[in-house]
Amino acid sequence: MAEAPVLRVQNLRVNYTTRPGLAPAVNDVTFSLRPGERLGLIGESGSGKTTTAMAIMRLLRPPARITAGRVLLGDRDVMSMNQSQLRRVRLSEVALVPQGAMNSLNPVMRVGEQIRDGIAAHGGQREAAQIRTRVAQLLERVGLPPDVARQYPHQLSGGMKQRVAIAIAASLQPKVIIADEPTSALDVVVQRQVIATLAEVQKQARSAVLLIGHDMGLVAQFAHTVGVLYGGRLVELGPAEQIVSSPRHPYTRMLVDSLPELEGKQRLVGIPGLPPALSAMPTGCPFHPRCPWAFDACRASMPPTLEAEEGRQVACHLYPKHSSLPEPPAPPPAQEPADRDAAEAGHV
Amino acid sequence: MSVALPTATQEVEPPEGGILSLLRRGRRDGRVTGLLIGGVVLFVCIILFGVLGPVFVHQSLAQVGAVDPNLPPSGAHLLGTDGQGRDVLAAMIYSTPETVKIGLIAGAIGVGIGVVLALLAGFFRGPVDAVIGAVSDSLLTIPGIAILIVIANHLTQLTAISLGLAIASLSWMVPTRLMRAQVLSVRERTYIAVARMGGESELEIAFREVMPNILPFAAASLVWAVSSAVLASVGLAALGLGTGDVSLGSAVYWMMTYSAVLRGEWWWFGPPMIIIGLLFLSLLMMSLGMDRFVNPRLNDRG
Amino acid sequence: MRTYVVRRIGLLIVIVFIAFTANFLIPRLIPGDPIQAELAQQAAITGNQGVNIAAAAKALDAKFQLDKPVWQQYLAYWDDLFHLDLGYSIQNYPETVGSEIRATIFWTFGLLGFSILVAFVIGCLLGAALAWPTAPRVIRALGPFFMVLGSIPQFLIGLALIFAFATILRILPGGGVIESTQVVAFNFSTIFDILHHSILPAAALILGLIGSWAVGMRGMMISVLGEDYILFAEAKGLSPGRVFLWYGMRNALLPQLTGLAVALGTAVSGAILVEVVFNYPGVGFLLFQAISQKDYFTIQGVVLVLIATLALTLFIVDILYPFIDPRVRYEQ
Repeated sequence: MAEAPVLRVQNLRVNYTTRPGLAPAVNDVTFSLRPGERLGLIGESGSGKTTTAMAIMRLLRPPARITAGRVLLGDRDVMSMNQSQLRRVRLSEVALVPQGAMNSLNPVMRVGEQIRDGIAAHGGQREAAQIRTRVAQLLERVGLPPDVARQYPHQLSGGMKQRVAIAIAASLQPKVIIADEPTSALDVVVQRQVIATLAEVQKQARSAVLLIGHDMGLVAQFAHTVGVLYGGRLVELGPAEQIVSSPRHPYTRMLVDSLPELEGKQRLVGIPGLPPALSAMPTGCPFHPRCPWAFDACRASMPPTLEAEEGRQVACHLYPKHSSLPEPPAPPPAQEPADRDAAEAGHV
Repeated sequence: MSVALPTATQEVEPPEGGILSLLRRGRRDGRVTGLLIGGVVLFVCIILFGVLGPVFVHQSLAQVGAVDPNLPPSGAHLLGTDGQGRDVLAAMIYSTPETVKIGLIAGAIGVGIGVVLALLAGFFRGPVDAVIGAVSDSLLTIPGIAILIVIANHLTQLTAISLGLAIASLSWMVPTRLMRAQVLSVRERTYIAVARMGGESELEIAFREVMPNILPFAAASLVWAVSSAVLASVGLAALGLGTGDVSLGSAVYWMMTYSAVLRGEWWWFGPPMIIIGLLFLSLLMMSLGMDRFVNPRLNDRG
Repeated sequence: MRTYVVRRIGLLIVIVFIAFTANFLIPRLIPGDPIQAELAQQAAITGNQGVNIAAAAKALDAKFQLDKPVWQQYLAYWDDLFHLDLGYSIQNYPETVGSEIRATIFWTFGLLGFSILVAFVIGCLLGAALAWPTAPRVIRALGPFFMVLGSIPQFLIGLALIFAFATILRILPGGGVIESTQVVAFNFSTIFDILHHSILPAAALILGLIGSWAVGMRGMMISVLGEDYILFAEAKGLSPGRVFLWYGMRNALLPQLTGLAVALGTAVSGAILVEVVFNYPGVGFLLFQAISQKDYFTIQGVVLVLIATLALTLFIVDILYPFIDPRVRYEQ
């Protein structure tokens, strides 16, 4: 693991410029990916996880805009690339497995053509026969028969479509694959299969993978490293098994607690309250209105990100005073409306 | 799904505070746009031109041979005279209401038929819906003007009423389609079920509960129907199938017959063209404005 | 697929049947005897053509078998239609209506077909450009401009064009299709002359037709550009042109094609008067002459041919559509 990172995201900040006074959708996010590493980013909707992915690929649409930070691909700054440089980098070095398996393929183009399209755009093989074998190879690698190439997307199931998307993402053996909730809208069994396919492809191409999702169980199983996003902030980052076994941030802890256990009695604990809206971001730590551990400092100031040990970050006022997450001071607040009020009262 | 839908009483209740405050409220929530107001104002101006004009200009000047032909505008004839010896201004004043009248008659009847058929189709569905749908779909693909030519050609006496009826018989399909979709969505709302449990018959529900909710759509289709009726009547009259000599369409017919354009008599061919153009412009503005009124979600998009 | 074709053929037959039957019934449902009235009027207008009237009256009697019951008349009507016999023209007796239409319809096909095609292409390109968030202001202004032009009758545009280019500027002919001095032959100068005369009528139709397609295309394109597959195409590093044309336009265009078919009816209605305005010798102009001459047979014939042609075109578009749109093809 001593290799230089393939992707470094440093102090990334993304703002929606529709209205002034809107909190950043991504706020000061920093992480890096080594070759072959699998990093999972977890967060509720609105936590900025998809925005982070799109920002790395520079695919944000207005009014979203990157307002600070750097994204380094090897030693090149993605932020300073022009459009044609970006096009060259996309797919060949950073590839996307998109969200929404249902709609990410062009409905009027055969699957093979859509795979070929990306290869051709990067000056790949030009001979027809060669391309055909390449397409067949790619399809085989994601577990699809070669005649899928001649079919149209609507003839495929959701899982097959997502495999095609993975095949496209892997077609040029990119250094980084960003999988943005690749399993949303798929049923549980198919979810596992798609994740397994992603892992398979990742191993063969030796790509680093940034997997984005909201399902702690699914992500933690796949990833070596897990990052937790809340309100646009990366609140905790660390090795997957440590994140699950000894979470440090209260939010992570509550996410882990909400995982259903396979054996023993179900201890399903949801997290009370709602994630904050950008227009009503609480002062201080964005999580404090929902946090049973919260104390005065949490309402007053944003906790800095601390790196206690190599590869383990947390942004919480409990640290460095504590070395691990203490037991909560009081039972978690139960009523949702009260929480909502608190969130609103705290809004700037 | 039904959470955001307003309840029946809210929708059917008459608005408080009269037209002006209603307008002000509509303006504020973006449902009444400048386009709609502009279109209505322009349309009213065109009607006023025909209504108030006779006060200043006598009808006799609009008759063939009343004045010397082909005179450019002067103090005596503000818009000159045409090749048939009519004062152009007078001809316009007496032609405009005729054309608008045909449009309104045909539009109102067409939309009236549309409302009834939409309610029937939307409420009884099944075979009733299928038959109405099939007939309207077939009629939609037939060029209306062709049938109208045959009808108009056989009417011994073309009046605003008979022509309006003929045009209306071919302009109910689009309103029916539009409002049927609306009826289908309204009938699923909760208060309809309440009314049904209250013992109202299907027909009562259709006309008493559902109809008020499709009236905005009826208004929107009315603009469309008037516009297409005016288009048809102007077209027919320009082909020589008009209701006598006083209509905007027959003004076009005569100026084409006498090649007014090639002769450069702009005061003759200009006014009917401009009035027809303004009439369609006002209808276009209204229908664009109505789109927002009927579908406030459009406001979100740029 | 097969049931789709069968159903579509069924619809074609129903449409043609309804339209042709209406065409038969309307004159008989309207009170009075329009045919006699017409003949009398005809005699009054063209007193010097007594021969024609007598012959036409005989033709009329034979044609309509007015002494026989209505159902027999109806059968005879269909019998004639199957033999493509549309009767004799009154205005140009003894020419048949069929030959009149044959002589004019190609002008209409040419003018209308060309104009619709050009307007469709321009309208779709313009609409797509309007959907592009960074379209230049000039293009943005074109949207409302063509919308207004699309709302007024096309013959008004035609008259305005004649005034501007034929009366004032005198650079284009304001009517007809061929100069009277032109020796008609299949050569370059004849073709050039025809094209020269067709510029203004085609322009009137095109200007009037662009608007509705541009509006429709803009709406389609805006919704298509928001689709996930556009984002994914960009993520593949495709050029903006490729994304715009092959991922955007191709998807937005397909629903437009059905619109094209539906808009044909409007286009035909508009073209009739545009032909009249320009004295363009197509079926529209023939219809106009027939109306002013009260030429009953010709009017009927032209109307029938218009309806049949349009229904057939719609049918062809519907049948071809599945081959263009893979989604429809396999859903059947």
